[in-house]
Amino acid sequence: MATAATNDRFPNAPAEDAPEAVVVRFAGDSGDGMQLTGGQFTLSTALAGNDLATFPDFPAEIRAPQGTLFGVSAFQINFGSSDITTAGDAPDILIAMNPAALKTNVVDLKAGGLVIADSGEFSKRNLEKAKYEANPLEDGSLARWQVLAFDISALTLESVKPFGLGNKEALRCKNMWTLGLALWLFDRSRQPIVDWLNSKFAKLPEIAAANIAALNAGHAYGETAELAVPLKQLHVAPANVPEGLYRTVTGAEAISLGLVAGAQLAGLPMFFGGYPITPASAILHHLTRLKEYGVTTFQAEDEIAAIAAAIGASYAGQLGVTSSSGPGIALKGEAMGLAIMTELPLIIVNSQRGGPSTGLPTKTEQSDLYQAVYGRNGDAPLAVVAARSPADAFDCAIEACRIATQYMVPVILLTDGYIANAAEPWRVPDMSTYEPFPVQFTTEAQEGGLKPYARDEKLKRPWIKPGTPGLMHRIGGIEKEVNTGHINYAAANHQAMTEIRRDKVAGIAKGIRQGVELGTETGKLAVVGWGSTFGPIHQAVRRARAKGHDVSHIHVRHIWPLPENLGELLKGYEKILVPEMNTGQFKTVLRDQYLVDAKPLNKISGQPFRIAEIEAAIEGMLA
Amino acid sequence: MNDMTTIAKTRVETTFKDWETDQEVRWCPGCGDYAILKAVQRTLADVGADPKNTAFISGIGCSSRFPYYIESYGFHTIHGRAPAVATGVKLANPDLDVWIITGDGDALSIGGNHTMHVLRRNLDCQILLFNNEIYGLTKGQYSPTSREGTKSPSTPFGSVDHPAKPAAFALGSGARFVARGFDVSKNLPDVLKAAYAHKGAAFVEIFQNCIVYNKDVFADFTEKKNADLGQLWLEDGKPMLFDKGAKGLKVNLDHLHLEVVDVIDGDWQSANVLVHDVKNRAVAHMLVEMVFGPFPMALGVLYDDPAPSFEQAVIEQNVKLAAGKVADLQKLVSKGETWTVSGGAQTDAAEAGSAGSGPEL
Repeated sequence: MATAATNDRFPNAPAEDAPEAVVVRFAGDSGDGMQLTGGQFTLSTALAGNDLATFPDFPAEIRAPQGTLFGVSAFQINFGSSDITTAGDAPDILIAMNPAALKTNVVDLKAGGLVIADSGEFSKRNLEKAKYEANPLEDGSLARWQVLAFDISALTLESVKPFGLGNKEALRCKNMWTLGLALWLFDRSRQPIVDWLNSKFAKLPEIAAANIAALNAGHAYGETAELAVPLKQLHVAPANVPEGLYRTVTGAEAISLGLVAGAQLAGLPMFFGGYPITPASAILHHLTRLKEYGVTTFQAEDEIAAIAAAIGASYAGQLGVTSSSGPGIALKGEAMGLAIMTELPLIIVNSQRGGPSTGLPTKTEQSDLYQAVYGRNGDAPLAVVAARSPADAFDCAIEACRIATQYMVPVILLTDGYIANAAEPWRVPDMSTYEPFPVQFTTEAQEGGLKPYARDEKLKRPWIKPGTPGLMHRIGGIEKEVNTGHINYAAANHQAMTEIRRDKVAGIAKGIRQGVELGTETGKLAVVGWGSTFGPIHQAVRRARAKGHDVSHIHVRHIWPLPENLGELLKGYEKILVPEMNTGQFKTVLRDQYLVDAKPLNKISGQPFRIAEIEAAIEGMLA
Repeated sequence: MNDMTTIAKTRVETTFKDWETDQEVRWCPGCGDYAILKAVQRTLADVGADPKNTAFISGIGCSSRFPYYIESYGFHTIHGRAPAVATGVKLANPDLDVWIITGDGDALSIGGNHTMHVLRRNLDCQILLFNNEIYGLTKGQYSPTSREGTKSPSTPFGSVDHPAKPAAFALGSGARFVARGFDVSKNLPDVLKAAYAHKGAAFVEIFQNCIVYNKDVFADFTEKKNADLGQLWLEDGKPMLFDKGAKGLKVNLDHLHLEVVDVIDGDWQSANVLVHDVKNRAVAHMLVEMVFGPFPMALGVLYDDPAPSFEQAVIEQNVKLAAGKVADLQKLVSKGETWTVSGGAQTDAAEAGSAGSGPEL
C-alpha cells in the first residue's frame, strides 16, 4: 500500500501520473450489479499484474428498495505495483451509479479525488430517496472533489439500441458500460471480460452482445469524449512480487480448496454438512462441485443437523466438516460438545459477521472469538485457528485438518465476512511441498483387549470405524471411562477425563512457534493481531517503523491453544496493542493467559480497520 | 468407493445372545424397553445381520440408552439429533445397517425437524420410536404424544395441548414404511423384520409401557383381555379383521372414512371389509388417523412402498459427476484465470511459456 504523493486528481498518487496504488470504489443500487462489475475489474487488474485487495460491501437485502440509502452496494479495490495488503483506506475514485450511492460513499473519498456519476439517475425522485434537498452535482456541495457527471443511463441505452432489448434489460447493461470506462481509465484489456460475458450468456447471445456493446461503448467514451475534466489513462505498474503462477482467490474459495487439500493429505474422503447462511454459504457452493475429490456435501435441514451429520460421517471414518456464521455456530454448540466428548475429528468453519443475534449479516466482525474458545457447556476445549487473508485461509484450512485428524479433536477455523468475500492474488502453491499426514485407523484390539479410549503419546484416542471386525464398541455424550470408554460417572474418572481432554488440546501447541511479522523480537511496542486485521496492522506498523518508531507486528494464527512461545515473546515488549474488530476479546485471552498488560484498540462498525486508525493508536502508545 | 446399486448383505449366523453386551442394563425393573431389546436382538439374529456392519444411533432419553446394550457399533448422541448423525454415518458408509433408536420426546419434540427430514429424504435406516407418552428420564413430564388432560409434574392440572400422532407424522413427512407394534407383543420381531427388509427409511412406532411414570397407558389394547377388540393386526393381502374375525374395517365410500362393520359367519366379503394393501397410501392415511376407542389400534405394517433411498441417490450423483475426472490437487489449485510472474515481468496464462519476457504493460 503506497498512496503517498500528490497530483491533482489523485492527491495520494505520485505526481507523474503513474501511481503506485489506486483505490477505486464502485457504488450503486443493489440491483446495479456492482459486485459483478467489481469482480470483473478485479480479474482484469490481476491479469495486468497488479497486486490487489478488494472489499465488497453490500446490503443484507437481496433487492433492497431501489434508490434507497440502505440499498447501496459497493465494491472497493486497491491495486498497485507495491505490496497491497488492505482494500485501501479512502478511494481515489468513486463511481456512483445513483444519488444514494454518492451520498453514502462520497464522504470516504480522498479530498481531490474523482467522482464519476451517472447524471441520468439524479432525478428528483431519486434525490428525494437519497435525502438530498438539492442536486449535489449542481449545487457545489462536491467542491472538495472533482466530478465527472454524464448520463451513463442514456449512453448505455444508446449503445445497446441495436439489440432491441426492453428498457429495463437495456439499463442492466449500465454496469458493463461503467466497467468499460474503468478499464479504459486504467489501460486494461477488455478481452477477458468479453470472454466471460460470452460464456456467462452463452444461451442468451443477444444479451451477451448487448453487454459487450455497452462495455465497448464505455471504453470508447473514455477514448473519445471531450470532458470538462479530461480523463487521462492511468497506468499502474505491475507489482514486484515473488515469481510463480498466480491466480485470484476469495477466502471462501481458499477455504474450500484448503479443506479438500487437507482431507487428501490426511488420506480421507471429506463430508461437508452445511446450511445456508451469509456469508458462509459460498463454501458449500464451492465444495459441492468437487465431487471427484471425494467430497460429499449435504445441505441439512438446519445448522444442528449439518454438524450432527458431519459428526456422524467422522464417526464412520470420513473427515467431517461443517461451516456457518455466528448464529449458526451458536446452534452447533451442543454438537461440538459431543464431538469433544467422543473425541472425533471435526472442522467447524466460522465466517464471522457482526453480532449478536442476526446482527449485521453482510458486515464483518471478529466478535466470535470468545464463542470459539469458550462457548460451550462444561470444560470443553477444542482447537481454534484463524485465517488472516483469503490466501492464508488455504493453509489454515489444511492446518485445521491436520490438527483434527492428528489429535482426534474438533477444530474451529475462524474467518470472517471480509476474508470470505474479498479477493487477492494468490501464488498457486506447489502441492508436493505439503507434508501428508495420513490417518491410521485402528483395526486390531490393543493388548489386553479393546480400549477405544486408550491414548497415544499425544493423548489421542484410536479412530475405529464401524465396519471393523471384532472392535464393536459404543460411544456417546455421557462421560467415558478412562481407556474403555464405557459410561462412567465416578468422581475420580470425570476428573481424570476432564484433565485428559484439556491436556490433549494444550499439547497441540507443542512445536507451534510464534514469529514476528515485521520488526524485532523485543522492543517498545508489539501490535498483536489475529484474523483479517492483518493488512491494516501490517501497513500501520510498516509506516510507523518508516518514521523510526520501535514497533513490531505479531500476528497469531493458533488462537487455541496459543503458540508455545507466545507468552515469552510478549514479555519482551514494553507495551502491547491488540487491534480487534470486537470489544477486546483476544486482548482478554492474552491477559488471562500471560498476565500481560495488553491494551485494546477496538472497532465494531462492521467495516475493516483503516491503516490510519491503527497508526494513530501506535503513535498514541509511543507518545 | 461403496457399491451403491445393490445391498449385497451377506447373512451372518448369530444367536440373540451374540447381540448382548457386557454392560449392565440400567432401565427400571419391569420397563417395556427390556422386551423391545430382546425383540431387536432376536430380529438381528433372525435376519442374519452382521454385528460389525450394524450401527445403532440414538438420541437422548430412556430409549436412547439402547445402543449400549447391543453388541454392534453404537453412538448415543444428543437430544433429538440421532437422525442427523445417522444421515452422516450412512452417507459416509452406506454398507452399514443403521438403526435409529428414539422416543416420543426425542423424535417428535426436540428432534421433530430431523425426524421429518430423515423420512422425507428416505435415508435407508430403521427408525424405532419408543412411544410411552411421557418423559421418563426427566421424571415424568408430559410429552408431545401425551393425551389431553395428562397430569404430570409440569402439568399438575392436566395438559391442554393436542398430542402428536407419530405414525401420522411419519406418513405426512413422506415415509415409505410405517409400522406399529408394542413392547411385549409376540409379533414385534416380525414387524422389525419387515422394517429391516424395507430399503429406505422404515418407521416403527413401538408402544412402550413406562411402568413408573405412565403405567398401563396402552393397556386398553395391549392387555390380553383387550387384545381381541383392541388390536387390528394388518397383513398384506388379508382382510382387515379383528375380534377373532367378528369385526372388520370398511371404507364408507360416500364420506371417505373408515367404519367398523360386523362380520357374520366369517363372510367378510359381503361385509365389504377392506383387504390390506401395504402400498395403498390413501388407506394408510386413514389407518394412522384412526381414533382408538371407536376403532381398534392398527398394528403391524400399515404402509410399505419402497422408493429410491437418499444415500443411494447422493452416492450415485457423486459417482456420476466424478466419473472420468482426475482428482489432481495441483490442477485444482491452479484453476481459473492465472498469470505468471517471472523475473519481474508477468505474462498471462496463455503466454506462461515465454518466461522472463512478458509483454510491455
